[in-house]
Amino acid sequence: MEFSFLGIGILSWITFLPIVGMVIVLMMPKDQRDAIRWASLTITALQVVLAFILWQNFDKGLAGINTISGMQFVEKASWIDIKSVAWFGRVHIEYLVGIDGLSVTMVMLTALISFVATISSWNIEKSVKGYFALFLLLDTGMMGVFVSLDFFLFYVFWEVMLLPMYFLIGVWGGPRREYAAIKFFLYTLFGSVLMLLAMIALYFSVNVYIDANGSILSVAQAMAQGTEGLEKIYTFNILAMMDPGNFAPDSLLAGVNTAWRYIAYVGLFVGFAIKIPSFPFHTWLPDAHVEAPTPISVILAGVLLKMGTYGLLRISFPIFPDAMHHYAWGLALLGVISMVYGALVAMAQTDFKKLIAYSSVSHMGVVTLGMASMNTQGMTGAVFQMFNHGTITAMLFLIVGVIYDRAHTRGLNDFGGLMNQMPKYSAIMVVAFFAALGLPGLSGFVSEAFSLIGAFQTFQTLTIIAAITIVLTAGYMLWTLQRVFLGSIPEKWKNLTDVNNRELIMLVPLAVIVIFLGIYPSPVLDLMNSSMNHLAGLVQEASTAAMLGVR
Amino acid sequence: MNSELITLALIVLTLPLAGFVLMMFFGKKLPRQGDWLETLIITSALGLSVFILIQKLAIAPTETLFLNFTWIDFHDVPGIGPLKITLGFAVDNLAAIMLVVVTLVSTLVHFFSTAYMHGDVRYSRYFGYLGLFSFSMLMIVLANNLFLLYVGWELVGLSSYLLIGHWYEKKSASDAAMKAFIVNRIGDVGFFIGILILYSTYHTFLLSEIFSGIGGGVLPFDSETVLTVAGILIFCGAIGKSAQFPLHVWLPDAMEGPTPVSALIHAATMVAAGVYLVARTFPLMTAEALTVIAYIGAITAFIAATIAIAQNDIKKVLAYSTISQLGYMVMALGVGAFTAGFFHLATHAMFKAGLFLGSGSVIHSMHNALHHQDDHHTDPQDIRNMGGLRHKMPITFVTFTTYTLAISGVPLTSGFLSKDSILAGTLAFNTLSGHILIPVLGFLVAGLTSFYMFRIVIRAFLGEHADAHRTDHIHESPRVMTVPLMLLAGLSVYFFFTFNLNPFGTEGWFTNAVPRPESVVPLTVAAPGGEVFEEAVHHAHTSALLLSVLIAGAGILIAFATYYWKKISAERAANALPGVHSFLLDKWGFDRVYNGVVVAGTLAFTSVLRWIDETIVDGVVNGSASWTKNAVFGFTYASRDGKKMSAGAFLFAGIAFSIYVAISVGSWVWPADASMGSVTLALLTALLSGGLVVFLVWGGAGGFDSYVVDGLVNASAYVFGFGGLVLRKLQTGKIQTYIVLAVLGALALYFVFAFNT
Repeated sequence: MEFSFLGIGILSWITFLPIVGMVIVLMMPKDQRDAIRWASLTITALQVVLAFILWQNFDKGLAGINTISGMQFVEKASWIDIKSVAWFGRVHIEYLVGIDGLSVTMVMLTALISFVATISSWNIEKSVKGYFALFLLLDTGMMGVFVSLDFFLFYVFWEVMLLPMYFLIGVWGGPRREYAAIKFFLYTLFGSVLMLLAMIALYFSVNVYIDANGSILSVAQAMAQGTEGLEKIYTFNILAMMDPGNFAPDSLLAGVNTAWRYIAYVGLFVGFAIKIPSFPFHTWLPDAHVEAPTPISVILAGVLLKMGTYGLLRISFPIFPDAMHHYAWGLALLGVISMVYGALVAMAQTDFKKLIAYSSVSHMGVVTLGMASMNTQGMTGAVFQMFNHGTITAMLFLIVGVIYDRAHTRGLNDFGGLMNQMPKYSAIMVVAFFAALGLPGLSGFVSEAFSLIGAFQTFQTLTIIAAITIVLTAGYMLWTLQRVFLGSIPEKWKNLTDVNNRELIMLVPLAVIVIFLGIYPSPVLDLMNSSMNHLAGLVQEASTAAMLGVR
Repeated sequence: MNSELITLALIVLTLPLAGFVLMMFFGKKLPRQGDWLETLIITSALGLSVFILIQKLAIAPTETLFLNFTWIDFHDVPGIGPLKITLGFAVDNLAAIMLVVVTLVSTLVHFFSTAYMHGDVRYSRYFGYLGLFSFSMLMIVLANNLFLLYVGWELVGLSSYLLIGHWYEKKSASDAAMKAFIVNRIGDVGFFIGILILYSTYHTFLLSEIFSGIGGGVLPFDSETVLTVAGILIFCGAIGKSAQFPLHVWLPDAMEGPTPVSALIHAATMVAAGVYLVARTFPLMTAEALTVIAYIGAITAFIAATIAIAQNDIKKVLAYSTISQLGYMVMALGVGAFTAGFFHLATHAMFKAGLFLGSGSVIHSMHNALHHQDDHHTDPQDIRNMGGLRHKMPITFVTFTTYTLAISGVPLTSGFLSKDSILAGTLAFNTLSGHILIPVLGFLVAGLTSFYMFRIVIRAFLGEHADAHRTDHIHESPRVMTVPLMLLAGLSVYFFFTFNLNPFGTEGWFTNAVPRPESVVPLTVAAPGGEVFEEAVHHAHTSALLLSVLIAGAGILIAFATYYWKKISAERAANALPGVHSFLLDKWGFDRVYNGVVVAGTLAFTSVLRWIDETIVDGVVNGSASWTKNAVFGFTYASRDGKKMSAGAFLFAGIAFSIYVAISVGSWVWPADASMGSVTLALLTALLSGGLVVFLVWGGAGGFDSYVVDGLVNASAYVFGFGGLVLRKLQTGKIQTYIVLAVLGALALYFVFAFNT
């Protein structure tokens, strides 16, 4: 079945629909605030519909990862094609998008979180038009990262996402917004530069053949059919980079376990680790979260952080399995430190939002640990944790936002007794809090359990240390719950109102997802299963081969 | 029939869950806030459970009925092969008995609560939580795999948290709820790691498959020690949930919850889940693991019994008594007296639930009387404020005394049977393995138990009431509270557990239904087998019987001598041993040490980490910005606080550190056979780390604003000649600069690489 409309495929639609929306919003008169809001909501709602169609028509049997035939909803076009450039010949960059089990979950998450964040943006009053225009641009950037199969395209989307984020924090944020925004921007840019270096190094190491029609053939394919009429070019194609046969023999990144491969891996890793954020690259996150407006915090925690771990799985793992294997222990260690350290620092916070920000560091550490295990269960747990963290932390930030909107403070010690004052709100809070502390029956538990189960098979000691967070998380979550929700309400908060319908509309679907996936996670796990098995097999095989010194 | 029984069991499981959901959403809108609905649901669950038990024992007394399902299918996993996560539920005799125990106590507590909780602020929510608890507990009972066991395990923790904190307006209640949850989680970490060890070896959560794996000679990490460790780790879960030493501290505080909750969760069922867990995993326990379990149980039983003596709050005494009795059960399983341990779980559930409900009845009427007198200072739970209640509350008195006789192990009661067989088991254990301390502690605790329990009965029900005016306002509790008391008192009689007229014969339907399961661990590390053990028990039986009756009698006698006849002065005894008394009052200092060392230590540590995070980790980040600026504008540039800094010293420090790193770390980071030459690379690393040091020392925290925002822009402008941009203070201007910078940098690198290739 073809999924295209007006000759454009569904992935392009889901990616660029927000850009269309942005153009529409920009053309609308500035004072038509509600119209702008509704237009944005319609766009993100359409995105959710498209994501639903993707989900319904996704073939769970196809693995993807390193084969184009395993990718689904693929769209391909020649984007930049310059016949001859000084020093490096023909430049041919493709617009190549497609999804597999790894990215489909992220696409769904992005659509969902963007939709929820749009509802949450309703009470933004400061230059609404500019806000939603940037918001939609951000949406495109995020979606693009998850569907790109070409490194150049990936990088472009990665950077496209950066700029609106800077403004959304820097203009619509809290008192120290400029500091937080520029810190976020510079920090991420620093990572991007390292990623750019690795990307360029890869570009000049990987060769493919292109025929007269513009079709790309791997070196092995070209050798099989003869190179007559084919032209040898460099490529940004991520899938081509995963095939060791495509590396030019004397190029920078050829071979296995070479120093340059390790350097390129570390460079990429730092770029991604800043985004995750993994200890010790996490300090931009609390600042950004505290200053960002609620919907932007939701996007930041719900989707942006996932890009880092997604990048590791999509790019670092299959392209550098040897380096991955070499640094797996270190990666797991960083995951464990993030988990324990994040939880401990969270416990010391007095600002509700900062606490949730550090809990994000801790929960994303689970993802890092799970994927470092390099086995199916650990990586499945990791990707599922990415999804669950997206929904759960989105809920947590929305919850903070609800109370901040009403009380204009986030001090944990300023509250008490909200349970009686705001019962509906508290009921939803209980779901989110207990999901965050990994209560069985809620989605966070399933993913954390599988991450740890997978990790234990590879790193016993580290996993045992990581298990301490089970207690620590319960500690700071319940302590927060006690300080804010239990006890009796201070006189000054007696006029706080319970959640309104708009807030319920954004919170309840997330709560339902969290409960449903906690009991029956298969709908999401089945989506990614083939890809995870394939990726695990690929990494394990390659790293075994690398250990034996053959390639 | 078999498949019908398991279906019925699943209905029993889901009924309370349905009750919970209904109560949460519609409870308040229903007449009487829906208490009848939830009570009806749990009563029908009880009916079904009794039916299941009878059918199970009649039709399939030795079979395990189960229903497995695939929860997650991982398909063909590299390195393992096809992998499915199979979970399921099973009904064996153990589970069938537990079904009845849980639903029975739960039903009685539901009825009792309709009166006790009458007019409560969150009446319907209370009943909803009871439903949630019953569901979770039944899940533990019915799970045939470690995964669902763990799920139920945590969910009972949740319901316990919610119910202890039911009156969360009180700080003490919310503190106690939090403490219960977190202390339990400490044990759960061990449990979870135990599961990880077993799962990573056998790739299944099903207990039957794990057992057959061990029985087939496959050991975790090929090591018998690891098997022992796995057993002990799983037992850690029980240490938390069953309030064993050293994690027993949460249970006394849990008495902040409503008293019927204490009866259901913190006396009869949830706390017994730990014992049930050990019983379920009994076959994989090695001899060493079982010995650890026995000692933990014995120590717990002893510590808690000594603390119980010094307490004056009736619920606190009962709480410590519960801990002590749970220690008994754990000890029984540890010594190998499997049947006796589980037997005690069932008998204890009845009389301890009764004791709590009885104390609830007392507190209820004390509370009402105090309320009537407009007295809000006197503690209705303090036994020193009671006395002489037997005239006013005859039913409560008689039933309470019955339970006390049962817990003291006086013949004709159910407690006598189970306690006696545990003590016989400890003697047998001593014969077989020579651990004399276990039976000594066991008998000592038996004496202490009858002493402190009769202390309550005497202080609360006999003698004269502490305040003569109050007596007029004290009334017997309503029928809906006394009937459950009478039923439980009836079930504390030996007959129901044996269907045998001989009050000294432990043999009966119960002991026949739960024989000790065969161990699956390698023979070299297994505890003495069932037959050997039975033989030893047989020899020890008569002496155990006589000794236990004697010691229980002595305890009762001393209690009467002290508190009724006043022949012995408790004050003088306390004054004679001041250290001991305050030590017991202080509950052996556990709470003080835990709060002072563990909790305070953790919180202090978190503050230190927060400081480190904000000053050092973030300091490096912010410092790097100022370093960049200084690097560009020269080292003589003024530091943040205006002083001129000596660039030389920092440079020297940086270089020295770099060299150190180059030598020590360099060769580790990069592979030795690096094509580029490891020396160069190590140097690169070293320079980076040296740079970091300088960032750290120089930049410090907080300098970001002035340094990066201005500094980097100025620097880039200076370097690239975009001097005009420096003057632009608009953020957009800065951003443009950065973008230009990024693009230029990218281009520069592009060409560098292009030249290389």
